[in-house]
Amino acid sequence: MMAAPDMRVERWTRRAQGFVVSLLLLALVLAFGPLLFSAGITDRLSELFVYVMLAVTWNLLAGYGGLVSVGQQAFFGLGAYLAVRLSAAGVSVYPALLLAGLMTGALALAIGEVMLRLEGGEFAIGMWVVAELAHLLVNLDPLVQGETGTSLIALDAFSAAARRADTYWAAFAAMVLLLVLVFAVLRGRLGTALQAIRDDEIAAASLGVRVLATKRVVFMLAAGGAALAGALWLATAITFQPHAYFSVQWTAYMIFMTLVGGLGTFEGPVIGAVLFFTVEWLFGASGVWYLIGLGAAALGFALFAPRGLWGAFTERFPERLLPLGYHVVGARAAAAAGGGEER
Amino acid sequence: MPLLTVENLTATHGLLHAVRGVDLALAEGETLALVGANGAGKTTLLRTIAGAHRAALGRIRFDGADITLLPAHRRVPLGIALVPEGRRLFAGMTVAENLLVAEGRGRAGRWTMATVLDAFPQLRPKLKSRAGDLSGGQQQAAAIARALMSNPRLLLLDEVSLGLSPAAVEQLYVSLAALPAGGTTIVLVEQDLGRALGVADRVVCLLEGRITYEGRARETTRARVLEAYFGVSSALGAGADR
Amino acid sequence: MIFLNQCLQGIFLGAYYALIACSLSFLFGVMRIINLAHGSLAVLAAFLLFVLADRYGLSPWLGLVLVIPVMAALGFLLQILVLERSLKGGLLVPLLSTFGLAIVIDNLLFQGFGADTRSLAPYIGDLSFASWSLSDDITVGQLDVIILAAAVALLGGLQLFLARTRLGRTIRATAEAPEIVGLIGIDARAVYALSTALAMALATVAGAFLALRATFNPYSGGMQLLFAFEAVVIGGFGSLWGTLIGGILLGVAQNLGAFVNPHGFLIAGHGFFLAILIARLYLGPRLARLRLARLRPRRPRPHAARPA
Repeated sequence: MMAAPDMRVERWTRRAQGFVVSLLLLALVLAFGPLLFSAGITDRLSELFVYVMLAVTWNLLAGYGGLVSVGQQAFFGLGAYLAVRLSAAGVSVYPALLLAGLMTGALALAIGEVMLRLEGGEFAIGMWVVAELAHLLVNLDPLVQGETGTSLIALDAFSAAARRADTYWAAFAAMVLLLVLVFAVLRGRLGTALQAIRDDEIAAASLGVRVLATKRVVFMLAAGGAALAGALWLATAITFQPHAYFSVQWTAYMIFMTLVGGLGTFEGPVIGAVLFFTVEWLFGASGVWYLIGLGAAALGFALFAPRGLWGAFTERFPERLLPLGYHVVGARAAAAAGGGEER
Repeated sequence: MPLLTVENLTATHGLLHAVRGVDLALAEGETLALVGANGAGKTTLLRTIAGAHRAALGRIRFDGADITLLPAHRRVPLGIALVPEGRRLFAGMTVAENLLVAEGRGRAGRWTMATVLDAFPQLRPKLKSRAGDLSGGQQQAAAIARALMSNPRLLLLDEVSLGLSPAAVEQLYVSLAALPAGGTTIVLVEQDLGRALGVADRVVCLLEGRITYEGRARETTRARVLEAYFGVSSALGAGADR
Repeated sequence: MIFLNQCLQGIFLGAYYALIACSLSFLFGVMRIINLAHGSLAVLAAFLLFVLADRYGLSPWLGLVLVIPVMAALGFLLQILVLERSLKGGLLVPLLSTFGLAIVIDNLLFQGFGADTRSLAPYIGDLSFASWSLSDDITVGQLDVIILAAAVALLGGLQLFLARTRLGRTIRATAEAPEIVGLIGIDARAVYALSTALAMALATVAGAFLALRATFNPYSGGMQLLFAFEAVVIGGFGSLWGTLIGGILLGVAQNLGAFVNPHGFLIAGHGFFLAILIARLYLGPRLARLRLARLRPRRPRPHAARPA
């Protein structure tokens, strides 16, 4: 490989800059959401933000950490539960949501200590067991009253409109924060370490990548993000029935969003979340068939397009709009030709 | 008619062309030594003939039939067996099980559990041992014995003496020397040039995936092979002949 | 005495767990795949038996004769259509695809049968409640004894099959070195398909026992997967008898948990599983080293074959 003199390595191509500017504009519009949109749309968008958080955190875990968990509902449920608990203990509502996310993240550090030593399918099912156990233990809390559940009563102090707007802003802020955080992590040293581990764990370890420590950070971040999402979901739904939060269906949603959008890409899960949001809007009422469709789509994408829609898109248009890697400007055609031959 | 014909065979590992346009014909009962430096494509050529590696181009005929597209497990019943590099026994199973698992999948013939053990008597006391616990020489004997259980007409041997003690190699070659008399055709990859020239009828040397020398073993000098080995006609080659 | 009875009932429950676990670990042993749809497939078998009994009046015992081949054929298809492709996709894909499959199966069952909880107990006459009283507090259900005997027989049969038969050797060889068996004339893909079929046949029997001694609904599959997995881990991966012991320990732990607290059944089971897991992860290597040092004289392994 000879480097032609007109090649340079770039992260922020001009198009990427334009894309980021339009993203910022979109964020600006969304930031004023409750003032611009109807009550119904505001509520739906809050839900979308929660979906994005779920998809992004699950993708961080599976797509970058190589850890498929079917027990992320553990953290989703714990986040909601802790929010109820904290609020009942007198913490004011919205700080309680954030605190619930942080506490669950800390708890995940302990859980990860054990679970991260498992591999592949063992980790996947092991996490499911953790979720079941968390569900059963939460049911024992007298505040929750078993499956009867409880509510985030403190929210009653707000008017419906204020609650809607505050929850929207909380969800929006949490989503943006999480996206920025994950983006920063993936661009930093940790992101490089993660990719090395995903490609070859043993080789990465032999190169001095601290495999377990790296996985620990990812696991904690994914758990905290899912917990924050759970707490925010609680803020939109108000009632806390344990089985609705600790349901494996949440993981099914996460897997669907990530797989369809694009496992192991930054943009994919966001696209997947928007798609899931749309599909749910259109077909959610058809109940069981809708779930069958989700499962079938996950199965189909896993088998035939494991890189998802965004993966297929970037294969055709290799320039990344949100740059996690680098571009060799002027060498793209050559790289594409080389990549094609390899397949 | 030759037993095996390889025409313009090319095999790749990703972008790397390991075997490039090789032509080869093998008569029944013949023993061919395949020599060449590491990475010359010997192992890939053997694996492609056995069906463990896909041919990118070219044709392989066995006993007149085109077998290029057959998977390995369907070449075994025709009479092709490969003893892979590194023995590759089923380490968790006993020696007897390693032999039995190969029984009855190839052709019918003189090789049975009893006759194989006659040919490799060192295995007899080890039948109940885990294959992974054997010494290297015993493992190699077991690997060849396992291949013989299918009664191959063509036996492909990849680096049988690699990492073994001289005594173990000697014992193996005594057993191998008896095979051609039974009509078995052999292709062997062997690093020890002297030994290769000693047992083979014919020698083929590969360099970077191409045949650079082919000749009768009796008429082949070390110098001639070494020259083909490194792709240079140098004083080094002539010097090594002394 | 009630305590003893709880233990005894736990053993019988464990026999069911061992059965569903052995098919899960068998498939894992052969292909290194953990099939997340395993529990759902067992529940599917239970529903097939239920349909035969409920609509066609066929006794579940006879129903098994019909359903086992159907499920085995389904296993064959599962391998060819889903697992084979998944295996090529790396480590994550089999988990994702089988999880998607589980969602499809569960919800299709829900679509077909609704949320009602079912059981096969009404279709086996007296056997569902017939029991022997050993003392005032200890009774042994006849069905339970049948299930325990069947579990031991099937596990033992599987063990013998793998150790002694030609097909068993073929499966073990393929499990150990799938890339090598082609060279001795074994079609690894066919062995995989056959193994999946066999695992599904075993899962069918497990599903039948679940349906006979307890209740099930379309979403029971996930929990059965967890129980199977827990039994395998508690018993220590690898040996089939270990799986039986693991299943029994799990069943006993659950029943003792229920004895302590009405909510304790599942909590005790999951908790016991996690305790064993933690013990194995942190003490395991040390324990194993101690044991090996005692059992095996120091002996260098000459040229040990590199496992695939």
